[in-house]
Amino acid sequence: MSNSNIQLDDNGKLRHFLSIEGLDQAILTEILDTAESFTSVADRTVKKVPILRGKTVANLFFEASTRTRSTFELAEQRLSADILSLNVDTSATVKGESLLDTLQNLEAMQIDMFVIRHQDSGSAHFFAQHVRPGVSVLNAGDGQHEHPTQAMLDMYTIRHHKQDFTGLRVAIVGDILHSRVARSQIHALNLLNTAEVRVIAPRTLMPVAVESLGVSVYDDLEKGLADVDVVIMLRLQRERMRGALLPSEKEYFRMYGLSQERLQRARPDAIVMHPGPANRGVEIESSVMDGKQSVILQQVSFGISVRMAVMSMIVGQSGQSPGPQPRADA
Amino acid sequence: MSLHIRNGRVVEVAESNIRALDVYLQNGKIVGLGSAPNGFRAEQVIDAENRLILPGLIDCQARLRDPGEPEKANIASETEAAVKNGITGLCFPPDTQPPIDNSATVELIHHRNEMFGHQARVFPIGALTRGLGGEQLSNMASLSANGCVAFSNAKHPLASNLVQRRAMDYARGQQALVIIQPLDHDLLGNGCAHEGAIATRLGLPSIPEAAETAALSKDIELVAQTGARTHFGQLSCARSVDMVRRAKAKGLPISADCAIHQLFLTDHDIGLFDSNMFTIPPLRSQADRDALREGLADGTIDCLCSDHQPHEVDAKLKPFPSAEPGISGLDTLLALALRLVAEDVLPLPDLIAKLTMNPASIFGLPGGKIGVGETADLIIVDPDSHWICDAAAFISKGKNTAFQGWDFAGSVTHTLIDGKIVYQS
Repeated sequence: MSNSNIQLDDNGKLRHFLSIEGLDQAILTEILDTAESFTSVADRTVKKVPILRGKTVANLFFEASTRTRSTFELAEQRLSADILSLNVDTSATVKGESLLDTLQNLEAMQIDMFVIRHQDSGSAHFFAQHVRPGVSVLNAGDGQHEHPTQAMLDMYTIRHHKQDFTGLRVAIVGDILHSRVARSQIHALNLLNTAEVRVIAPRTLMPVAVESLGVSVYDDLEKGLADVDVVIMLRLQRERMRGALLPSEKEYFRMYGLSQERLQRARPDAIVMHPGPANRGVEIESSVMDGKQSVILQQVSFGISVRMAVMSMIVGQSGQSPGPQPRADA
Repeated sequence: MSLHIRNGRVVEVAESNIRALDVYLQNGKIVGLGSAPNGFRAEQVIDAENRLILPGLIDCQARLRDPGEPEKANIASETEAAVKNGITGLCFPPDTQPPIDNSATVELIHHRNEMFGHQARVFPIGALTRGLGGEQLSNMASLSANGCVAFSNAKHPLASNLVQRRAMDYARGQQALVIIQPLDHDLLGNGCAHEGAIATRLGLPSIPEAAETAALSKDIELVAQTGARTHFGQLSCARSVDMVRRAKAKGLPISADCAIHQLFLTDHDIGLFDSNMFTIPPLRSQADRDALREGLADGTIDCLCSDHQPHEVDAKLKPFPSAEPGISGLDTLLALALRLVAEDVLPLPDLIAKLTMNPASIFGLPGGKIGVGETADLIIVDPDSHWICDAAAFISKGKNTAFQGWDFAGSVTHTLIDGKIVYQS
């Protein structure tokens, strides 16, 4: 298949975490179970475990991020890692250093794990193909491709409220075209045997042939919300109004905004999610965001446990190895 | 200088024939086929037993990166790759640095080819507009006089339909050929992969077919309006093949080529972001690939080209959307062509015509067929020699192949240009 398993080692354990596509149900479930065991850490007085003690994690953010980066940093701290955080867009690459040079310079500082966000789709795979053996890459968002830890914290949130995926109908609403979150969510929901995954968006924000990912496609929000158990709202980037993708925020809210009234079409116990940051009054009404069906803030706190889980699983398997090996050609 | 090639089988592209014929060359011309002319004395004899004798290939779109991008390639490296791979003539587009929009650059290219080249004929294509800026017409008459074989704006946009119309009118008056690579730059945007399931799954900014077809339909209308003889380069879509077929049926003075890699690769070959598969126009769907093959077979597509775009390693050593587009194609052109024959797309002489006689006639170039009185640009090919494609063994400076590890049959044993052996294995 197209997804050669660069993410897994010879024993089928996580080596990198780049995309949900290419993983299987067992690994996703293991991530969710491991995350569950970490939620208790957050309730302790001393919120630390020594799993990453002596390891160095570099957070490389070529694109701005608040939530993802801070939850990664918290997760790393709670696992007792040494942390190096870089906003690369303000550092070397503007001086003309190539991506690979940046990566290799950091590797020379004995980094064990890179958490990378980059604007190019495929950049996470690119980095994983070029790091030394023993060094791991975690994708914190690559272009419009995937954002796998976000999807896993969403799966965690859904499982927390709904236990089982097999009977669920899940609707993802908004800018599917530009959303790496949506792509990861779709793969994860399908791997976890969700009964139906729906995508709802205006045609200008819907990728061509999206049904090939295993979703049903809706132009109409009200039809798409009928009887769903989970509603995932995506952030609408304001710049989409330029380039003729949408007429106005007002019309978008009128057609695709989630209001209390529209939410009535979903099942009464439906939960409402949003990967953040949300635009109140554009894709979601304030009363829904703060309402009793909203689990948006829980998503953020679960994000820490899920990221701890992924990092501990990666180190769990590479922990036996002596760490970074000298490059063969060095 | 006189030469006798004996025991070979001659591929006659004009007659669509393969015949066992001895070939006699003298003073740069083919002087005898089958039998020697009276008084012919061979100074040299080549035994071509079990080999094919073909006209030298003419690649109607190959970038040599010279002048201006020595880190990618130069005339010396690329003409060497050409002759060792059976390509005796190269047309190269005007997007060099500086662009081919003045006679001095044309002379520089010819001078460098004489000084450092490997005897391959290089045919510069002149810029349609000054500096490829899309606004002012270039000095087409002077450029033609200096040896530009056609005019094109390469992948650079023209400022308006009005500029395009006037450029085509002017070219027509100069009896010049216009080359257009149909591309709507707005619809292209920052796209880097064919719009379809693969780009959707990989989250790659996509390029719809309309980026090509919307431009092509306007271009065809302007041919109808101006009557300018126009060649469409590097078609990639099924719908384009259809449009060209219909336009030809109406008698418009048009011709077309496609890059040979488009006949083998599709967007599936991108795999997990393989930047060697990044091309513009993009690798498209299976249906497009099949339609291009059909168009080739029924004559809608007149020529094949390598669309050779050599790159330095760093240009491809980047995440897919940031890499530079293009494939280094000189080293695989003949092998891929022979593979099309093996896959029954066309019989050998008809397929080879797309790489010899047709470009020679469309672009007005010497060579292109084997017949008495023709220019003695020809190659001898061992059709049974098998080799595995390995970029490290490429003669081109660009190692960016999309065919690494492919199993190929057929290799060049001799290349002759102007009756002289310029390469022998």
